[in-house]
Amino acid sequence: MTCLPTSTEKRLGLVIDLDTCVGCHACVVNCKEWNTGGYGAPLADIDAYGEEPSGAWLNRVHTFEVTPVAAPAQIVHFPKSCLHCDDAPCVTVCPTGASYKRSEDGIVLVDEDMCIGCGLCAWACPYGAREMDPVAKVMKKCTLCVDRIYNEEIPEIDRIPACVRTCPSSARHFGDFNDPESNVSILTMARGGYDLMPEMATRPVNKYLPPRPKTNPAAQGCASHSTPTVSAPGGFLGWLDAALERLG
Amino acid sequence: MSSKGHMPNLSPRVSDEIRKTTCYMCACRCGINVHMLDGKVRYIEGNRDHPINRGVLCAKGSAGIMQHYSPARLKKPLMRTGERGSGDFKEIEWEEALGLAASWLDDVRQSDPRKLAFFTGRDQSQSMTGWWAQQFGTPNYAAHGGFCSVNMAAAGIYTMGGAFWEFGAPDWDRTELHIIFGVAEDHDSNPIKMGLGKLKARGVKVIGVNPVRTGYNAIADEWLGITPGTDGLLILALVHELIRTGRVDLDYLIRYTNAPWLVIDDPEAADHGLFARDAEGVPMVAERGSGMVVPSSMPGVKPALQGRHRLADGRSAVPVFELMAGKYADARHSPAAVAGRTGIDAATISRIADEIAAAAFDREVVIDQPWTDMKGERHERMIGRPVTFHAMRGISAHANGFQTCRALHLLQILIGSIDCPGGFRFKPPYPRPVAGQPKPHGGSQKCTPLNGPHLGYPRGPEDMLLEADGLTPQRLDKAFSWDAPLSAHGLMHMVISNAHARDPYGIDVLFMYMANMAWNSSMNTSEVMRMLTDKDDKGEYVIPKIIYSDAYSSEMVAYADLILPDTTYLERHDSISLLDRPISEPEAMCDSIRWPVVEPDRDVRGFQSVLLDLGHRLGLPAMTNKDGKPVYRDYADYIVNHQRKPGIGPLSGWRGADGTKTGRGEPNPDQLARYIENGGFSEVHIPAEARFFKHANRAWSDWAIAQGLQDGPVENVFQLYLEPLRKFQLAAEGKAEPQPPEHHRARIRACFDPLPVWYAPFGDAQQTADYPLHALTQRPAAMYHSWGSQNAWLRQIHGTNPLFVPGTVCDAHGLADGDWALVSSPNGEIRVPVARMDALNGSTVWTWNAIGKRKGAWALDPKAQEAGKGFLLNHLIGELLPPKGDGMRWSNSDPITGQAAWFDLRVAIRRDPDQSLGRASPDTGTQKSPVGTGPETVTYGREWTE
Repeated sequence: MTCLPTSTEKRLGLVIDLDTCVGCHACVVNCKEWNTGGYGAPLADIDAYGEEPSGAWLNRVHTFEVTPVAAPAQIVHFPKSCLHCDDAPCVTVCPTGASYKRSEDGIVLVDEDMCIGCGLCAWACPYGAREMDPVAKVMKKCTLCVDRIYNEEIPEIDRIPACVRTCPSSARHFGDFNDPESNVSILTMARGGYDLMPEMATRPVNKYLPPRPKTNPAAQGCASHSTPTVSAPGGFLGWLDAALERLG
Repeated sequence: MSSKGHMPNLSPRVSDEIRKTTCYMCACRCGINVHMLDGKVRYIEGNRDHPINRGVLCAKGSAGIMQHYSPARLKKPLMRTGERGSGDFKEIEWEEALGLAASWLDDVRQSDPRKLAFFTGRDQSQSMTGWWAQQFGTPNYAAHGGFCSVNMAAAGIYTMGGAFWEFGAPDWDRTELHIIFGVAEDHDSNPIKMGLGKLKARGVKVIGVNPVRTGYNAIADEWLGITPGTDGLLILALVHELIRTGRVDLDYLIRYTNAPWLVIDDPEAADHGLFARDAEGVPMVAERGSGMVVPSSMPGVKPALQGRHRLADGRSAVPVFELMAGKYADARHSPAAVAGRTGIDAATISRIADEIAAAAFDREVVIDQPWTDMKGERHERMIGRPVTFHAMRGISAHANGFQTCRALHLLQILIGSIDCPGGFRFKPPYPRPVAGQPKPHGGSQKCTPLNGPHLGYPRGPEDMLLEADGLTPQRLDKAFSWDAPLSAHGLMHMVISNAHARDPYGIDVLFMYMANMAWNSSMNTSEVMRMLTDKDDKGEYVIPKIIYSDAYSSEMVAYADLILPDTTYLERHDSISLLDRPISEPEAMCDSIRWPVVEPDRDVRGFQSVLLDLGHRLGLPAMTNKDGKPVYRDYADYIVNHQRKPGIGPLSGWRGADGTKTGRGEPNPDQLARYIENGGFSEVHIPAEARFFKHANRAWSDWAIAQGLQDGPVENVFQLYLEPLRKFQLAAEGKAEPQPPEHHRARIRACFDPLPVWYAPFGDAQQTADYPLHALTQRPAAMYHSWGSQNAWLRQIHGTNPLFVPGTVCDAHGLADGDWALVSSPNGEIRVPVARMDALNGSTVWTWNAIGKRKGAWALDPKAQEAGKGFLLNHLIGELLPPKGDGMRWSNSDPITGQAAWFDLRVAIRRDPDQSLGRASPDTGTQKSPVGTGPETVTYGREWTE
């Protein structure tokens, strides 16, 4: 049993905009390449060139098809990584103290030196956000790029998670949810950012912005333009004469 | 426990050095920062300063490490020892390989240069490879544009001097409505995603027109699941609505288009339908009011857009606008008339026309920037119509694609939204209309260079490349012949088929670069594999010698006789040149380089350097000095010192002896170093006065001439009515020479309409009953052609490709997710896994492109999922249409440009009665891997982790 901090100084996390994500997997792969040479053991791939390759990833995009009641079916791309929950069950379940939540910024990490690879935390996580490394047999998870966001070796502008820096459509945003003026707080308020599976009482820090309603069949106040030219005196050619007259 | 006691390293060293170069994981050509640590690539990220990607990087680019260190990399030149297709090779030294290649090529050059077919696929150095082929003297050169999106490019150039992607882009920051038609993900992929992100942030509506609702269409605010091949009908119905309701920009049409030009109406004459011109060839207009017929160039003329006007010779003529308005106002173009065929209801089409008009005319964008037009008139402001469109392969890869692309540009022009604030914007060196483009060049004389570039833009039948009989194509692919007169990018998809059929003639050497023609880049893959291995009655291969250059052990490698191994993209020099496929942005002239940020650890050479070496061995004049020594040491030397015209070379930045000139200037020996210092690219901003209305902007013209983008002023009047097409119709009508063969006449008369027209894809009517479904492929955002499959990371994202089938079709055929289905076309039958999908046009099935692999290729285990469950739809697509009983070979291409009509495919589907086989078909056998199989486990970065 490992304890959670009662509160954290910052609550760093992501806002992921489901209205903007095209499911391109840029975040997924850039995360992999940053982290395979970064925090903890490399993110291994087994059967890498074989029948069914598989590996450890800290971020994956899931694709769903949904059919609204009165609209055509649509595809939703859903990127998913650790949500750095305030009440993280993956931490409290850890028998060795390897899983922990940082009191300074709320990031949930695994201290791989202490991890025995029992897998309890992955069972406890309702989001399936943790993956056992198939070679090192330690638990891997999103670190919110803790080795980037404070890294004095890289320019200040780049001290953001790799997935956020690389996202081509700006669907991912990083900031402090404890700061009401932060970009993530403002976006969450403005766009109705929501918790994933709130019924699990994990109080996730990351928020998702829902897709905006799609098809809006109502014409947008253009009725006055729809007057057919043929109803003008002289029909189309009459309209043309009048229009050219106005040009001078 | 809190964080006390845990000591993560928050500031690990990332790199010893950052080397900035250009990505090649797709065709986007983003700037990348390659972080080098301990002599290896630690991390690749987007370059924040780069004009294309401004720091972002896609999944492909982020997987560059796995591509660079791929186990499928070729290691040394190879010579075939077994039968073609087997993969039996022996390694040879470069000297032997180059000597052999040079001897084969020299024999051809000394006897009949046509017998070399040199085709480069996803080549990003076409200005150099084309120049090489020109020096060699074969007419048979092109890259892959003919089976990609030539319709989009050619329709745009002929209509307005530019097109989407490399030639222009939406004004993402100002547009008020964006409509995106079927798009391939690797064509401008990061810029489009960045642009869509901007639109989403501003709350601008995005409409997706695509049979499949994935990717960009998944986030579109409205989706039109159009029936494939009917985009032209939809666009012309929008045109119908805009004309019917008078919502067109007449001022724009008069100023910038040929709407007022007079078209001769004299049905029996040889110039019926051509423009009335004066003695100098200037098109005539009728003055409004007086009706007097005067040259369109007359200062201050206010031309009429309607009426029948008497020409000096007594004949009559009508303005283009009246012909156009009459044509599209016709009820057959009404929303109600096209609703059934397009699958989009009439009310929706009318509403979208309203939305287009509302954005264009009610929300005009005004920039307070004075400018002066080419006629000398000063304008105080730049006024824009903020509606943008983007389109790519989805509308162009049909037999009606050229006309559909023309229709889309016609729509943009009608609302006045080309190169204005909020509209489509040209990128330097564009606009470049046909008047500023070369004509095609052919011919073939022993040991003699061609007298101009192979590819160009014919102005009429007189510019075709035909033998003296006026019928026989000069080129093997039949480009610029009656089969495809305006084939500006050639027809690479016909090369192997025609060489095998010896139609119009047989060849001796097939030389290809970076084109997986034995697999996913060919139509009719099984048959192409047979053609490549077919022997004549003497036991010799029908295509006698095949030289191939690739960096990886692709399927095509196994079908070649001599392999020249290329480098990876991180090991090579390249120039992303304004002479080629530029990477400029609307407000800046840009180009870039690649340079070896990692040295090769294998015995491989950059293909362009190898070409220069071969050119010297052959004694090609432009590559051999008088003393017999090579003109260029290697490709890097060529990039710096080659001059296409005095002062104009592959790179525009830091020219002149001291590097102070841009565009024009003598070669600068330090040029590459200056590019590297600047992050691998050059970006020169266009003056503010020249940033819009470039087709008619004096400041732009002056600047473009100063930068060497143009030799002089070029008149660019948008061609709503395309006279060159009418010239082909006149020939087909028997009124002008040269005349097409009889069997082409009807098709030319019907398809070469000078005003955009829609016609059904060929064979559609006959096939509908037996093959009721349309079948498409599209490229995933995370995979580029077959290159991605060797990538240990990307193949975990897309390792199999089910056929996505609409729920209604699944129900009708008893198909469930994961079932095996038999899919047939007139070309054959394949066995595929099925996935149910409803966000899809109800008469369309589709799959991901190029996931399926041949066993043994790409250093994958022959049991790889890509070879067992992955499949190619290509087997079902004929490069020829089904026989019509007329004895002719009709290419499955657009009859105007020769664009491969991939997306005209129709299929039937049924559940396989035998669900036990568990693998896709056809089985194309196994090729031996010349590089072995990749390792079981990858733990990249182990040495840097704690």
